[in-house]
Amino acid sequence: METVTKTQDVTFNDLPWKIEYSPERCTMCGSCVAACTFKAIEAAVERRSVTISTAHVPEPTQTHRAIPVIKQKNSVANFCRGCGMCEKVCPNRAIRPVRNDDSRLNLLARGGGNPIKRGGRNNLIKERTLDKIVIGRISQMTDPSLDSERHTFDILAPFGRVLLPGELPFSIDDGDLKLSDWTPPVRWIYPVIFSDMSVGALSTRAWEAVCLATAYLNEKYDMPVRMCSGEGGMPVQLMKSEYLKYMIIQIASGHFGWNRIIKAMPHMKVDPAGILIKIGQGAKPGDGGLLPAAKVAEHIQAIRGVPKADLLSPPNHQGLYSIEESVQKMHMSLNAAFKFRVPVAIKCAASATSVSVYNNLLRDPYKICGGFFLDGIQGGTGAANEVSLDHTGHPVVSKVRECYIAAVKQGRQGQIPLWAGGGLGLTGNAAADAFKMICLGANGVFLGKLLIQLCGCIGNEESRCNACNTGLCPTGICTQDPRLVRRLDVDKAAQNIVDYMLALDAEIRKMMAPIGNSSLPVGRSDALVTTDKAIADKLAIQYSC
Amino acid sequence: MCRIGAIKSKVAFHPSQALRLMLPQQEGHDNSGFAMVMQDLEGVFGQYKDKPLLSLACTQKGAQMVENYMEAHNFTRAYEWVPKLNRKPGLDIKAMPHYIFRCYDYPEQYQNAAQAAKEELLLDTRLALRAMLEKEDQGYAFSLWPDVLTLKEIGDPRDIAVYFRLWDDSGELMAKNVVVQCRQNTNYEIVRYAAHPFFIQGYTLCANGENTFYTKNKEYQKSLHRGYIGFESDSQNFLYTLHYVLHQLKWPIKYYKHVVTPLPFEEIEKRPDKAELKLIRQSLGHLEINGPNTIIGMLPNNSLITCCDSKKLRPVVIGGDGTTIAISSEVCGLNVVVPDRDPACDVYPDEREVVVITPDLEVQRWKQ
Repeated sequence: METVTKTQDVTFNDLPWKIEYSPERCTMCGSCVAACTFKAIEAAVERRSVTISTAHVPEPTQTHRAIPVIKQKNSVANFCRGCGMCEKVCPNRAIRPVRNDDSRLNLLARGGGNPIKRGGRNNLIKERTLDKIVIGRISQMTDPSLDSERHTFDILAPFGRVLLPGELPFSIDDGDLKLSDWTPPVRWIYPVIFSDMSVGALSTRAWEAVCLATAYLNEKYDMPVRMCSGEGGMPVQLMKSEYLKYMIIQIASGHFGWNRIIKAMPHMKVDPAGILIKIGQGAKPGDGGLLPAAKVAEHIQAIRGVPKADLLSPPNHQGLYSIEESVQKMHMSLNAAFKFRVPVAIKCAASATSVSVYNNLLRDPYKICGGFFLDGIQGGTGAANEVSLDHTGHPVVSKVRECYIAAVKQGRQGQIPLWAGGGLGLTGNAAADAFKMICLGANGVFLGKLLIQLCGCIGNEESRCNACNTGLCPTGICTQDPRLVRRLDVDKAAQNIVDYMLALDAEIRKMMAPIGNSSLPVGRSDALVTTDKAIADKLAIQYSC
Repeated sequence: MCRIGAIKSKVAFHPSQALRLMLPQQEGHDNSGFAMVMQDLEGVFGQYKDKPLLSLACTQKGAQMVENYMEAHNFTRAYEWVPKLNRKPGLDIKAMPHYIFRCYDYPEQYQNAAQAAKEELLLDTRLALRAMLEKEDQGYAFSLWPDVLTLKEIGDPRDIAVYFRLWDDSGELMAKNVVVQCRQNTNYEIVRYAAHPFFIQGYTLCANGENTFYTKNKEYQKSLHRGYIGFESDSQNFLYTLHYVLHQLKWPIKYYKHVVTPLPFEEIEKRPDKAELKLIRQSLGHLEINGPNTIIGMLPNNSLITCCDSKKLRPVVIGGDGTTIAISSEVCGLNVVVPDRDPACDVYPDEREVVVITPDLEVQRWKQ
C-alpha cells in the first residue's frame, strides 16, 4: 500500500483538464492516442481486480489481471489542453476531457524560471460591453423602416486618407467640379476585413482557406472583402496574380517576408488593396511578434528568408522613436513604394494613449495615414506570454468611441477611417458587434479568431486548447506539421467563411433596415441604447431601463 | 410629417396665399405652429430692398435690449412695420408681446463694404442678438437680411393668421416668394426656433420627415461654421448643408444633391465624373441624409429648389400656371393656389431629381 510521500509530484488532478475514461467502452483502437497532438494520453497497462468465471457453470472467482487502458500523463509538459480530439475520434464515446477547477498549472508551469507562453486569446475578461448594448432606435411611424430584402444598401467603408471638403482640389469648369490635383487613394471596401494572421502563425492551408474565401466573396458575390497578409510575407504566385488586389500587405517590426515582396513588386500585375503597418496588437500590446521555432518549417524559412529559430519581431520598428518619424519614414516610404496609389494604414494596440496617437495622425501635415486600426485586449494571437495575453491591453469599444469623439470635436471625423478589432465576433455574432461599433464611430471592423474558428479551431476564452504556439494545433490550422495540416479540409474551411460572411451581410441589412438607413450609420450613436448606466455615460449613448 | 410648401410668382402676392396652400393639408399638421419666410418683398418693404430687415419676436425688455445693441453697433433704423394685431379672445396662439419687422441702414463703415463683408456682419449681428435674447429668455431673432421677412409662431395656423390679420389682403405685406410650413410636432419641444423655414445668410429651407442621420449631421456641422447652431429641429441640418455647399465651398448648386443623397458607389463607378463624385461622397459623408425627407429651399437669387431623400419616402409636387408656381407636400394645396393650371404638367420629382425654379419662373428638372 502506497503512502503519500511525494506530495509535490505532479498528478493529473493538478492539471487543467482530467481525462474521463471508460475502460468498459474502450476497444483499444488507438484512435484517441493517435489524435492527441499533445501526447497527453498514452496506451498503458493497469493491474486490475477482475471477477471471472471459466467453468461450464458460474464459478466466479476474483483475480488480478493486467489490462490495457488509455491513461492521462502526469506531466506539465504534456498536460491535456481540453481540445477534445480524443472524444471526437472515439467510436465508442469512451474518453473525453473534463475541466478541472482545482488546476494548479499556473503554479507548476513556470518551471525553469520561464514565463508561461501560449497562443489563443484573453482568458480573463468575461464581460462584453457590446452585449449590453442594443439597437433601440427603431423607425416606427414617424419614419418608415426599410425592407432588408427589397431596398438596396450601400455597405462599404473607406480605407485611405479622406480630405476635408475644403481641401479637395476642385476647380469649377462650366458648372462642373473638376479634379485638378492628386488626392490620397481611398478604397471603398466591405466594412469587415479579414485580420492579419501570418503564413507561419497559420498553416499554409489555413491561410489559403482564408484567401480562397476572400477571392470567392469578391468574384462570386461582389462583396469587396479584403484580407490582410499578417507579418510573414505572401506566396510569390499570389503577389504576381490578379488576386493581389484583394490583399492588404502587412509590414511589422520584423519586416518578415518583405525581401520577397520587394522582389515581386516589378512583377505585380495589380496593386494590393492596401498596406498595413503593424505597430502593435491587442493580444500582447507593447510586445513584438513571436513565431516559435517549432512552427518555422522549411517553407516558412523560405518565405521569410530566415533559419529555423524562434522568430521574434522587436516591440518597436527599428529607428522609429516618435510618431512624426513614423509618418515621415514608414508612411512616406510605403506610400512611395507603390507610387502613392495604395493606401497605407496603421494598426496599434488599443491603449490609454490611443486618442493622442489618433490626434497626432489626424494633424499630420502630409495627410498620409489611411486608416487607424485599433486592436483590443480580447484579440487573439499565435503565441504570447500569458501575462501579456491576460493582463495587458485595453478594451476596444470605449477607445474607438473616444477616438471618434475626439475627431468630432475637431470636425475631422472620417478623415482617418477607424477600424476596430480584438474580440469582435467573440460570441459568434460578428454582424451585431460590427454594427454597434459602426454606430459608435468605427468605419469597419477586422476579424481574426472568428475566421479560424470557422476553419475548425476549437479554442475558446475558457482556456480550451490555446496551443497555437506549440506547433501541435490539433485542427491543422496553427501548425506547420504536414501530418497535422492534412487534418484541415481547405475547401470546407473556405466555404464556412463564405457562408458566414453571406449571413453576416444579411444580418447587417437586418439591422440597417429597422433604423431606416440604406448607408452605413457611422457615428449614429442615437441608434444605440443600453441598460447599463456606466456604459451609457462612457459611450455617450442613451440609457434605458 | 409636417406639410411644407412654397409659392413663387411673377406678381407679388399676399401671405394669405401661403395659408391657402397649407390649409387643405390640415390632416398633416397638428396646429403646433406656423412659419413662413418671404423674399423679394413688395408692399410696405418694397422700397427698402437693400436694407437689412430684422424679424424678431420678443418681450418689452427684449425689444429694448435689441434697440440698445443695434444702436451700440451703429445700425440706424430706416423703417419699421408694426403688425396691427387682432387680439380676439379664444385664439389658439402663444403670442409674444412684440413682433418687430424693422429695416436698418448699415453702419457707416460698411456703407461701401464688399458684399461678403456685409454678409458676415449681418450673420454675426443676428447670432449676437439671438444669444443675447436667449440668455435672458427675452425673445427670438429669426432673420436679419435685406428683402427677407420671417414670421414664426406657436399655435393653430388659422388663428395665427387671424392674429396677424394675414387673411386681410391689405397690400402691406407682399412678396414674390414665400416658403411656408405648418408643423407636425414630433421629436422636439414646441419652440419657435424649431419651426421651419430656417434661414442663414440668404438661404432659406424647410423640410419634412425625420432626419435619421441627424446625429451624424449635427456632430459634423457643429465644427463647420459659427452659424451652424441651435439644432432644435433635425431639418436645420439640411439648411446648413445647403449653405455650406453653396456659400462656403462655392460649389455649383447641383452638387448639393450629390452631398445629401450621394449615388450608390456602383452607380458612381459608371459615371464619367466618378473621381469627383467619389471624393464628394468621401469628404462629405457625414452630411449625407438618409431619409425620409422632402426639402424645399430658397436661394439668395430668389431661385427655389426641391428634392427628396434617396428612397423617396416623402411626397412633393410642383405645379404652375405660367404666372405662379407652387411647391407643395400634397396636390390639394396646389389645387387651391393655382387652380387654373394643367395638372398633367405637374412635376412629381423622383429620388434622384432636383427641381429648380429659376428667378424668371423656368422649371428645371435635373437628374442627379
